[in-house]
Amino acid sequence: MPVFVEALVAGLILIGAFFLFVGALGLVRLPDLMRRLHGPTKATTLGIGALLIASMIYFASVHETFSIHELLITLFLFLTAPVSANMMAKAHILRAQGERGRLPPTGTSAGWATFDSGKREKG
Amino acid sequence: MRARFLPHPLLTVLVTLVFVFLMNEVTPGVVVLGLVLGLAIPLLTAPFWPGRPQLKAPLVIAEFMLIVMWDIVVSNIEVAKLILFRRGESLRSRFIRVPLDLRTPEAIAMLAGTITMTPGTVSADLSADGKALLVHCLDTGDPEATAASIKARYERRLKRIFE
Repeated sequence: MPVFVEALVAGLILIGAFFLFVGALGLVRLPDLMRRLHGPTKATTLGIGALLIASMIYFASVHETFSIHELLITLFLFLTAPVSANMMAKAHILRAQGERGRLPPTGTSAGWATFDSGKREKG
Repeated sequence: MRARFLPHPLLTVLVTLVFVFLMNEVTPGVVVLGLVLGLAIPLLTAPFWPGRPQLKAPLVIAEFMLIVMWDIVVSNIEVAKLILFRRGESLRSRFIRVPLDLRTPEAIAMLAGTITMTPGTVSADLSADGKALLVHCLDTGDPEATAASIKARYERRLKRIFE
Protein backbone atom coordinates (compact mmCIF):
# COMPACT_ATOMS: atom_id res chain seq x y z
CA MET A 1 0.00 0.00 0.00
CA PRO A 2 1.54 3.36 -1.02
CA VAL A 3 2.47 5.69 1.79
CA PHE A 4 0.06 8.47 0.83
CA VAL A 5 -2.87 6.03 0.73
CA GLU A 6 -1.84 4.77 4.14
CA ALA A 7 -1.71 8.35 5.45
CA LEU A 8 -5.11 9.12 3.91
CA VAL A 9 -6.72 6.04 5.52
CA ALA A 10 -5.10 6.82 8.87
CA GLY A 11 -6.27 10.46 8.70
CA LEU A 12 -9.85 9.44 7.89
CA ILE A 13 -9.90 6.92 10.76
CA LEU A 14 -8.67 9.61 13.17
CA ILE A 15 -11.31 12.10 11.95
CA GLY A 16 -13.99 9.40 12.31
CA ALA A 17 -12.85 8.46 15.81
CA PHE A 18 -12.83 12.13 16.82
CA PHE A 19 -16.41 12.77 15.76
CA LEU A 20 -17.66 9.53 17.32
CA PHE A 21 -15.97 10.59 20.55
CA VAL A 22 -17.59 14.03 20.43
CA GLY A 23 -20.98 12.38 19.88
CA ALA A 24 -20.50 10.21 22.96
CA LEU A 25 -19.22 13.21 24.94
CA GLY A 26 -22.35 15.15 23.99
CA LEU A 27 -24.46 12.33 25.42
CA VAL A 28 -22.67 12.77 28.76
CA ARG A 29 -22.29 16.55 28.89
CA LEU A 30 -25.58 17.93 27.60
CA PRO A 31 -28.12 18.57 30.37
CA ASP A 32 -31.46 17.15 29.19
CA LEU A 33 -32.89 14.43 26.98
CA MET A 34 -33.80 16.50 23.94
CA ARG A 35 -30.36 18.12 23.84
CA ARG A 36 -28.66 14.77 24.41
CA LEU A 37 -30.47 13.37 21.39
CA HIS A 38 -28.38 15.70 19.19
CA GLY A 39 -25.04 14.14 20.12
CA PRO A 40 -25.36 10.45 19.29
CA THR A 41 -27.83 10.80 16.40
CA LYS A 42 -25.73 13.23 14.46
CA ALA A 43 -22.25 14.22 15.48
CA THR A 44 -21.71 10.57 14.61
CA THR A 45 -22.94 10.72 10.97
CA LEU A 46 -19.67 12.32 9.89
CA GLY A 47 -17.71 9.96 12.18
CA ILE A 48 -19.24 6.82 10.67
CA GLY A 49 -18.97 8.35 7.19
CA ALA A 50 -15.24 8.99 7.54
CA LEU A 51 -14.61 5.46 8.89
CA LEU A 52 -16.57 3.88 6.02
CA ILE A 53 -14.71 5.93 3.39
CA ALA A 54 -11.43 4.85 5.02
CA SER A 55 -12.59 1.22 4.82
CA MET A 56 -13.50 1.57 1.12
CA ILE A 57 -10.12 3.11 0.25
CA TYR A 58 -8.28 0.46 2.27
CA PHE A 59 -9.98 -2.50 0.60
CA ALA A 60 -9.73 -0.90 -2.84
CA SER A 61 -5.98 -0.49 -2.45
CA VAL A 62 -5.05 -3.69 -0.57
CA HIS A 63 -7.37 -6.28 -2.13
CA GLU A 64 -8.05 -4.31 -5.30
CA THR A 65 -11.75 -4.99 -4.98
CA PHE A 66 -14.35 -2.28 -4.86
CA SER A 67 -16.50 -2.92 -1.81
CA ILE A 68 -20.02 -1.55 -1.92
CA HIS A 69 -21.10 -2.73 1.54
CA GLU A 70 -20.00 0.57 3.04
CA LEU A 71 -22.51 2.45 0.89
CA LEU A 72 -25.24 0.08 2.09
CA ILE A 73 -24.28 0.69 5.72
CA THR A 74 -24.62 4.43 5.08
CA LEU A 75 -28.00 3.89 3.41
CA PHE A 76 -29.36 1.77 6.28
CA LEU A 77 -27.99 4.20 8.86
CA PHE A 78 -29.70 7.11 7.13
CA LEU A 79 -32.95 5.13 7.05
CA THR A 80 -32.94 4.02 10.70
CA ALA A 81 -31.29 6.83 12.70
CA PRO A 82 -33.98 9.48 12.09
CA VAL A 83 -36.76 7.00 12.89
CA SER A 84 -35.27 6.01 16.25
CA ALA A 85 -34.53 9.66 17.12
CA ASN A 86 -38.12 10.53 16.26
CA MET A 87 -39.54 7.72 18.43
CA MET A 88 -37.39 8.82 21.40
CA ALA A 89 -38.47 12.44 20.98
CA LYS A 90 -42.14 11.43 20.79
CA ALA A 91 -41.84 9.22 23.87
CA HIS A 92 -40.14 12.09 25.70
CA ILE A 93 -42.75 14.76 24.93
CA LEU A 94 -45.49 12.30 25.82
CA ARG A 95 -44.03 11.26 29.18
CA ALA A 96 -42.02 14.24 30.47
CA GLN A 97 -43.72 16.43 33.07
CA GLY A 98 -44.75 19.80 31.65
CA GLU A 99 -43.09 19.31 28.27
CA ARG A 100 -46.46 19.42 26.56
CA GLY A 101 -47.09 22.97 27.79
CA ARG A 102 -43.76 24.19 26.43
CA LEU A 103 -44.40 23.09 22.84
CA PRO A 104 -45.17 25.83 20.33
CA PRO A 105 -48.74 25.79 18.93
CA THR A 106 -49.27 23.89 15.68
CA GLY A 107 -50.79 26.92 13.97
CA THR A 108 -53.62 24.75 12.62
CA SER A 109 -56.83 23.41 14.14
CA ALA A 110 -55.22 20.03 14.92
CA GLY A 111 -52.82 19.33 17.77
CA TRP A 112 -49.42 17.58 17.64
CA ALA A 113 -49.86 13.97 16.55
CA THR A 114 -48.51 12.57 19.84
CA PHE A 115 -51.48 14.09 21.71
CA ASP A 116 -54.08 14.29 18.96
CA SER A 117 -55.23 11.07 17.30
CA GLY A 118 -56.51 13.10 14.33
CA LYS A 119 -59.97 11.53 14.56
CA ARG A 120 -62.67 14.17 14.37
CA GLU A 121 -66.45 14.08 14.26
CA LYS A 122 -67.44 15.10 10.77
CA GLY A 123 -69.92 18.01 10.40
CA MET B 1 -51.64 -6.57 -15.89
CA ARG B 2 -48.76 -4.23 -15.14
CA ALA B 3 -50.32 -3.14 -11.89
CA ARG B 4 -50.85 -6.76 -10.87
CA PHE B 5 -47.35 -8.09 -11.43
CA LEU B 6 -45.40 -4.87 -10.90
CA PRO B 7 -47.27 -2.94 -8.24
CA HIS B 8 -44.28 -0.78 -7.40
CA PRO B 9 -41.61 -0.72 -10.17
CA LEU B 10 -39.34 1.64 -8.24
CA LEU B 11 -39.30 -0.70 -5.24
CA THR B 12 -38.50 -3.66 -7.53
CA VAL B 13 -35.44 -1.84 -8.88
CA LEU B 14 -34.39 -0.78 -5.37
CA VAL B 15 -34.71 -4.27 -3.81
CA THR B 16 -32.81 -5.87 -6.70
CA LEU B 17 -30.00 -3.29 -6.47
CA VAL B 18 -29.69 -3.60 -2.69
CA PHE B 19 -29.54 -7.40 -2.95
CA VAL B 20 -26.81 -7.31 -5.61
CA PHE B 21 -24.85 -4.79 -3.50
CA LEU B 22 -25.27 -6.99 -0.42
CA MET B 23 -23.81 -9.98 -2.28
CA ASN B 24 -21.01 -7.67 -3.48
CA GLU B 25 -20.71 -9.43 -6.85
CA VAL B 26 -22.48 -9.13 -10.18
CA THR B 27 -22.99 -12.65 -11.53
CA PRO B 28 -26.06 -13.93 -13.44
CA GLY B 29 -27.15 -16.07 -10.49
CA VAL B 30 -27.07 -13.17 -8.05
CA VAL B 31 -28.92 -10.85 -10.44
CA VAL B 32 -31.64 -13.45 -11.10
CA LEU B 33 -32.10 -14.15 -7.39
CA GLY B 34 -32.22 -10.39 -6.78
CA LEU B 35 -34.85 -9.97 -9.48
CA VAL B 36 -36.97 -12.77 -7.98
CA LEU B 37 -36.86 -11.01 -4.60
CA GLY B 38 -37.45 -7.65 -6.30
CA LEU B 39 -40.61 -9.03 -7.91
CA ALA B 40 -41.86 -11.02 -4.91
CA ILE B 41 -41.38 -8.46 -2.13
CA PRO B 42 -43.43 -5.63 -3.74
CA LEU B 43 -46.20 -8.16 -4.55
CA LEU B 44 -46.33 -9.41 -0.94
CA THR B 45 -46.10 -5.96 0.63
CA ALA B 46 -48.39 -4.14 -1.84
CA PRO B 47 -51.12 -3.59 0.81
CA PHE B 48 -48.64 -1.55 2.88
CA TRP B 49 -47.95 0.90 0.03
CA PRO B 50 -51.11 2.95 -0.30
CA GLY B 51 -49.45 5.80 -2.20
CA ARG B 52 -47.12 5.40 -5.16
CA PRO B 53 -45.26 8.70 -5.28
CA GLN B 54 -44.01 9.71 -8.70
CA LEU B 55 -40.48 11.03 -8.76
CA LYS B 56 -40.29 14.09 -10.96
CA ALA B 57 -37.13 16.04 -11.72
CA PRO B 58 -34.41 13.37 -11.22
CA LEU B 59 -31.68 16.02 -11.49
CA VAL B 60 -33.07 17.79 -8.44
CA ILE B 61 -32.63 14.52 -6.49
CA ALA B 62 -28.88 14.58 -7.19
CA GLU B 63 -28.73 18.27 -6.25
CA PHE B 64 -30.69 17.58 -3.06
CA MET B 65 -28.38 14.71 -2.04
CA LEU B 66 -25.25 16.80 -2.61
CA ILE B 67 -26.66 19.69 -0.56
CA VAL B 68 -27.65 17.35 2.29
CA MET B 69 -24.20 15.70 2.33
CA TRP B 70 -22.50 19.10 2.38
CA ASP B 71 -24.79 20.27 5.20
CA ILE B 72 -24.07 17.12 7.21
CA VAL B 73 -20.32 17.82 7.06
CA VAL B 74 -20.63 21.54 7.88
CA SER B 75 -23.12 21.17 10.69
CA ASN B 76 -21.36 18.15 12.24
CA ILE B 77 -18.44 20.49 12.83
CA GLU B 78 -20.80 23.14 14.27
CA VAL B 79 -22.35 20.65 16.72
CA ALA B 80 -18.90 19.33 17.68
CA LYS B 81 -17.89 22.92 18.54
CA LEU B 82 -21.04 23.44 20.60
CA ILE B 83 -20.47 20.21 22.55
CA LEU B 84 -16.78 20.86 23.18
CA PHE B 85 -16.69 24.59 23.93
CA ARG B 86 -20.08 25.55 25.33
CA ARG B 87 -21.65 24.69 28.66
CA GLY B 88 -24.85 22.73 28.08
CA GLU B 89 -27.01 25.20 30.02
CA SER B 90 -25.97 28.13 27.84
CA LEU B 91 -27.31 26.54 24.66
CA ARG B 92 -30.48 28.24 23.48
CA SER B 93 -32.34 24.98 22.81
CA ARG B 94 -36.01 25.12 21.96
CA PHE B 95 -38.80 23.58 19.96
CA ILE B 96 -39.79 25.39 16.79
CA ARG B 97 -42.71 24.94 14.43
CA VAL B 98 -42.09 24.49 10.71
CA PRO B 99 -45.29 25.01 8.67
CA LEU B 100 -45.39 22.53 5.77
CA ASP B 101 -46.28 23.15 2.14
CA LEU B 102 -45.58 19.50 1.26
CA ARG B 103 -48.62 17.21 1.15
CA THR B 104 -47.17 13.86 -0.01
CA PRO B 105 -46.56 11.65 3.07
CA GLU B 106 -43.36 10.19 1.56
CA ALA B 107 -42.00 13.69 0.94
CA ILE B 108 -42.77 14.75 4.52
CA ALA B 109 -41.00 11.61 5.79
CA MET B 110 -37.96 12.52 3.66
CA LEU B 111 -38.00 16.07 5.02
CA ALA B 112 -38.27 14.87 8.64
CA GLY B 113 -35.40 12.42 8.12
CA THR B 114 -33.27 15.10 6.47
CA ILE B 115 -33.90 17.51 9.36
CA THR B 116 -32.78 14.86 11.85
CA MET B 117 -29.66 13.88 9.89
CA THR B 118 -28.45 17.46 9.51
CA PRO B 119 -27.10 18.22 12.99
CA GLY B 120 -28.48 20.98 15.16
CA THR B 121 -32.07 19.97 14.51
CA VAL B 122 -34.16 16.88 15.35
CA SER B 123 -37.68 16.49 14.02
CA ALA B 124 -39.82 15.48 16.98
CA ASP B 125 -43.45 15.38 15.88
CA LEU B 126 -45.95 16.12 13.14
CA SER B 127 -49.27 17.90 13.64
CA ALA B 128 -52.23 15.54 13.41
CA ASP B 129 -53.38 17.08 10.12
CA GLY B 130 -49.87 16.91 8.63
CA LYS B 131 -49.56 20.64 8.14
CA ALA B 132 -46.74 21.47 10.57
CA LEU B 133 -43.58 19.82 11.83
CA LEU B 134 -42.24 20.10 15.39
CA VAL B 135 -38.46 20.49 15.31
CA HIS B 136 -36.07 20.69 18.25
CA CYS B 137 -33.07 22.99 17.75
CA LEU B 138 -29.88 22.55 19.77
CA ASP B 139 -28.90 26.21 19.58
CA THR B 140 -30.91 28.88 17.80
CA GLY B 141 -31.28 32.59 18.38
CA ASP B 142 -33.99 33.12 15.80
CA PRO B 143 -36.64 30.36 15.42
CA GLU B 144 -38.28 32.10 12.44
CA ALA B 145 -35.01 32.19 10.49
CA THR B 146 -34.23 28.51 11.24
CA ALA B 147 -37.68 27.44 10.03
CA ALA B 148 -37.34 29.63 6.92
CA SER B 149 -33.94 28.14 6.06
CA ILE B 150 -35.29 24.57 6.40
CA LYS B 151 -38.15 25.48 4.07
CA ALA B 152 -35.93 27.20 1.51
CA ARG B 153 -33.12 24.65 1.50
CA TYR B 154 -34.89 21.29 1.73
CA GLU B 155 -38.64 21.62 1.41
CA ARG B 156 -38.57 23.66 -1.81
CA ARG B 157 -36.46 20.98 -3.53
CA LEU B 158 -38.51 18.05 -2.17
CA LYS B 159 -41.61 19.78 -3.50
CA ARG B 160 -40.06 19.85 -6.96
CA ILE B 161 -39.09 16.17 -6.68
CA PHE B 162 -42.39 14.79 -5.39
CA GLU B 163 -45.16 17.21 -6.31
